[in-house]
Amino acid sequence: MRLVILDDYELASEWAAKYIRNRIVEFKPSADRYFTLGLPTGSTPYGCYQKLIEFHRSGDLSFKYVKTFNMDEYVGLPRVHPESYHSYMWNNFFKHIDIDPANAHILDGNAENLEAECNAYEQKIAAAGGIELFVGGIGPDGHIAFNEPGSSLVSRTRVKTLAKDTIVANARFFGNDLSKVPTMALTVGVGTVMDAKEVMILITGAHKAFALYKAIEEGVNHMWTVSAFQQHPHTIFVCDEDATLELRVKTVKYFKGLMHVHNRLVDPVLSIKDQ
Amino acid sequence: MPSNKSVSDAPIIQFTDCRILREHKLQREDLWVRDGKILDPEKLFFDEQGYADCRLDCGGAIVAPGFIDVQINGGYGVDFSQPCEDVSAGVSLVAKKILEHGVTSFCPTLVTSPPAVYHQVLPQINVHNGGPDGAGVLGFHLEGPFISSEKRGAHPERFLRTFRSGGSDDLMETYGSLDNVAMVTLAPELPHSQSVVSTLRQKGVTVSLGHSVANLSQAEDAVRHGASFITHLFNAMLPFHHRDPGIVGLLTSDQIPAGRTVFYGMIADGIHTNPAALRIAHRAHPSGLVLVTDAITAMGLPPGRHTLGQQVVQIQGLHAYVAGTKTLSGSIATMDMCVRHFKQAADLVLLDDGLRVRTTYISGEEVWRAEL
Repeated sequence: MRLVILDDYELASEWAAKYIRNRIVEFKPSADRYFTLGLPTGSTPYGCYQKLIEFHRSGDLSFKYVKTFNMDEYVGLPRVHPESYHSYMWNNFFKHIDIDPANAHILDGNAENLEAECNAYEQKIAAAGGIELFVGGIGPDGHIAFNEPGSSLVSRTRVKTLAKDTIVANARFFGNDLSKVPTMALTVGVGTVMDAKEVMILITGAHKAFALYKAIEEGVNHMWTVSAFQQHPHTIFVCDEDATLELRVKTVKYFKGLMHVHNRLVDPVLSIKDQ
Repeated sequence: MPSNKSVSDAPIIQFTDCRILREHKLQREDLWVRDGKILDPEKLFFDEQGYADCRLDCGGAIVAPGFIDVQINGGYGVDFSQPCEDVSAGVSLVAKKILEHGVTSFCPTLVTSPPAVYHQVLPQINVHNGGPDGAGVLGFHLEGPFISSEKRGAHPERFLRTFRSGGSDDLMETYGSLDNVAMVTLAPELPHSQSVVSTLRQKGVTVSLGHSVANLSQAEDAVRHGASFITHLFNAMLPFHHRDPGIVGLLTSDQIPAGRTVFYGMIADGIHTNPAALRIAHRAHPSGLVLVTDAITAMGLPPGRHTLGQQVVQIQGLHAYVAGTKTLSGSIATMDMCVRHFKQAADLVLLDDGLRVRTTYISGEEVWRAEL
């Protein structure tokens, strides 16, 4: 893996956004060959989305030939609810960029047949040629998407019941009223994300530090599902100082020492204007 | 990328780089319009997988809903209360000119007049939507003749009336038809007014209380029967008194039936109401405040003498008086002047922009643009 450590949240968001930008621009997507991007929601990727919007506004990045697949969506929450992941993606990303609405895929938590919806989603990903780059986050309990502790590491897109930890963590978005938080969600599986050509996990904040430690310094374990990516050929963990607080000094020093190598991935930063 | 046309073939316009007035705040949001209706862009994106056909850069301007003036007696030399052969020409002229003030719909107002005038004028105008030719007409506002003699203001005394029986007979006899009438101002202390209020309400006409010496309980009674508006608060009514607040007391009355709001017109021209009084009303009942111009013929015209209904009026600066007296007779402020004055008087937390009208749109179509 690559462990990219930046000083703070802003710098981590910027590094991640630049990386995504470079990958898309380098790929030279076109009508015959779309760039497929997996996307997360939550407070961690917010800064990254802001940066990507900035790049789009400055004319350096276009999403015209990008297809996106979000990781998850609550079950039973009306799509127009401000906390639905549809609302999140619209307000924080889609409405500011030039993506074709037909190419922005998000699981429908209000589908008649949830299982069919999940299977169809897997098929859509396959039809799009698989995911080039899957961007994700990590929960305080080490989960990726809503693959809660105990999820199969080869799981596919399915319905999951949320763990208590997750519900508590999400309560702040529902007026701190636990009873208002949805209890089920549709989520891509660990296996689904593992199928991507490349995986980038964003981890910021001290409250995620223990999960990061479990994910990269301990073994592959279905109780900390992000650990599955130890077995992926191309994983990047982008984090800030605070997220490294539970890691061994040796680990942090090693990867910090590699920053000059890591930074070559985002410097120079490419632009469609130059193509 | 245009929409997949699954819902409509009409083009979608996206107003960008603007601040829209939404949920009582100015928000940096784009405004999406199709076929004269504002769209929910999120729904457009996910359901229709649609996008804009064309974009209009607003240059950071504030996009506000078109102003609605429910009390305007005329302007630019036109007097709606003056009977003539071609009333619609006068209404159209005013409708076209007020686009410049950002007004997109209005209620042509008739002051107290003899029945002959109502019978002649009312049938000549129909309710209609606005467009490039002018603001939309929501219906007439009939201010009088069933008002108080004591508080008649500039209305001619000889044409005031009372309710003889209280049924629709009085209304029909005086007005003729109520088909194109949106609002009627009356004094609720007049005997038999309750049934008139109910009748009007049933016909879908808004009943407004004004030019009256009613006390609070008479006003509350009228509201219970269906009245929902107050004509130019503070003017032509008993002043607020702490033991009988009169009509003004409706702003904080606890006798208003559940689910109903009493709205009140205010002429925010800096003359009809002291800014402190404006603020008191606003703070007491902010959600009921409606700015009106109560503009008269002379609005838009130079100083001098002009007619208003059956009276003659003298313009001096921004003041309009009944000729030879100090009685105010309507205002000559334009709606956008009132909005600016109100913002300054009420010190609202709006972004500081001159609030000058730059462009007026009706149903997404540009109908007026300021020369820069």
